[in-house]
Amino acid sequence: MKTSEQESIGGTNMARRSFLRYAGLGVASAGLLATAACHKDHKVIVGGGIDIGAKGDLAILNYAYALEQLEAAFYIQVVASPYSGMTSDEKALFTSIRDHEVVHREFFKKALGGNAIPALTVDFSSIDFTKKSAVLGAAKAFEDTGVKAYDGAGYLIQDAGYLTIAGKIVSVEARHAALISNMLVAGSFAADDQVDSNGLNRSATIAEVLPIANTYLKTKVNASNYGYVA
Amino acid sequence: MNLFNIVEELEKVDPELNDRLNPRRAAIKNITSFGSKVALAAVPFALGTMLKRAYGATATTSVVDVLNYALTLEYLESSFYNQGAASAGLIPASGTAYINTVKDDENQHVAFLKTAITQSGGTPVTSPKFDFTAGGGTGNGPFKGVFSDYSLFLKVALAFEDTGVRAYKGQAPNLLGNKDILTAALSIHAVEARHASAIRQLLGVSPWITSTATLGNDTGISLVNGNYAGEETIKQGGVDLTTLPSVTASTTSVAVATAAFDEPLSKDQVLELLVGTFIYS
Repeated sequence: MKTSEQESIGGTNMARRSFLRYAGLGVASAGLLATAACHKDHKVIVGGGIDIGAKGDLAILNYAYALEQLEAAFYIQVVASPYSGMTSDEKALFTSIRDHEVVHREFFKKALGGNAIPALTVDFSSIDFTKKSAVLGAAKAFEDTGVKAYDGAGYLIQDAGYLTIAGKIVSVEARHAALISNMLVAGSFAADDQVDSNGLNRSATIAEVLPIANTYLKTKVNASNYGYVA
Repeated sequence: MNLFNIVEELEKVDPELNDRLNPRRAAIKNITSFGSKVALAAVPFALGTMLKRAYGATATTSVVDVLNYALTLEYLESSFYNQGAASAGLIPASGTAYINTVKDDENQHVAFLKTAITQSGGTPVTSPKFDFTAGGGTGNGPFKGVFSDYSLFLKVALAFEDTGVRAYKGQAPNLLGNKDILTAALSIHAVEARHASAIRQLLGVSPWITSTATLGNDTGISLVNGNYAGEETIKQGGVDLTTLPSVTASTTSVAVATAAFDEPLSKDQVLELLVGTFIYS
């Protein structure tokens, strides 16, 4: 049986099938994803927010999609309403970061297709976009949290192809994080607040990351199957 | 030709074949550059599988193998920065804090990986010898002056950092689902990316790798083109990123598509880039 919704996401399913081929996966994994897709249980509304859904790769990808939506929206606003005294070099850097976050967001949207959580409504009322220190402080929080989130959720990913994609993104987030840190305090690109005494970047669980993300979201994101409901 | 004959022939090319066929092999530096020697044979499927087990990056790569490979890369980086920091007059005051931070992290990575390998029941490999001029032990390679010319030092540092990011990324699938080791590897991976960004800032190039449609390398040093090969990819998981909408258009530029995603390198690719030039024994 084919619903009209499934019809409408056929193109995306094609993309996902290509992805699976690319990832060198066999029938078993494809079947697993198909099963998850049929249940549609990732869109369950819990506690008035959006839930990333049943345990599995779709949930982790939606988790990443939520964070990328947040980052993209933030930098769109940074570039659209520059803080007082933003230099042309700074604006160019923020524009590049904005564009990276937007393509991350659009990638997850496309790859998830009908399994994607909806577009989230952000709430940046706590950030004074006219002040450089406020914008850089928020940017640092977003980037550092993003790196910790990807590093902390990597082991939950079951598909090698998705794991590699997450790896491709997190190193770019870490490049952003290092730049933003240095803009705040020169030489702080790998400071103790983010890198431990073993030289390892700190990581964070879903239950640690989502409460931070939710402070900037009108639509709260939950992960009831990973121990967090707003 | 039967299977045994093929194995005999291969043993002539590679006297250590039997060791290679043992999945518990320890010395990762031994697996370099044999790929091309065995690729010529249109081997039967069964032998192909066996060779994949012996030479391949994925089939039987154990956690200890991955960690020892990582340790080798960290030996390279830590030796490089230790030597740089000890070279009088090389690093200007403006770069001292940056380089020392990177150096300390790399030395911590060496110590951490040695401990992790021992705790995983393995034996840490010893450090190979390095020639940071890329001269294969002659000390007279194309990067001669790397410890007297700060700009050159930063450029070699950048190639190591960007390659290190790619190398760790390439190993992630071998650690799939391993909470402790994968998380640690991803955490080192992120720190290497922070370093790469910072070194790029010292050099005055963009903190991320911005490729063109035909050239992954954005550093302007053609000698390291191989270290960036593949960074120019615009397809991720079957999705052509340039077809996705951006803020100002219905498509995305190649520059943005390539900069937003860093690409992995396999172990064989990385060792081919390093062995015989930077690593010589």
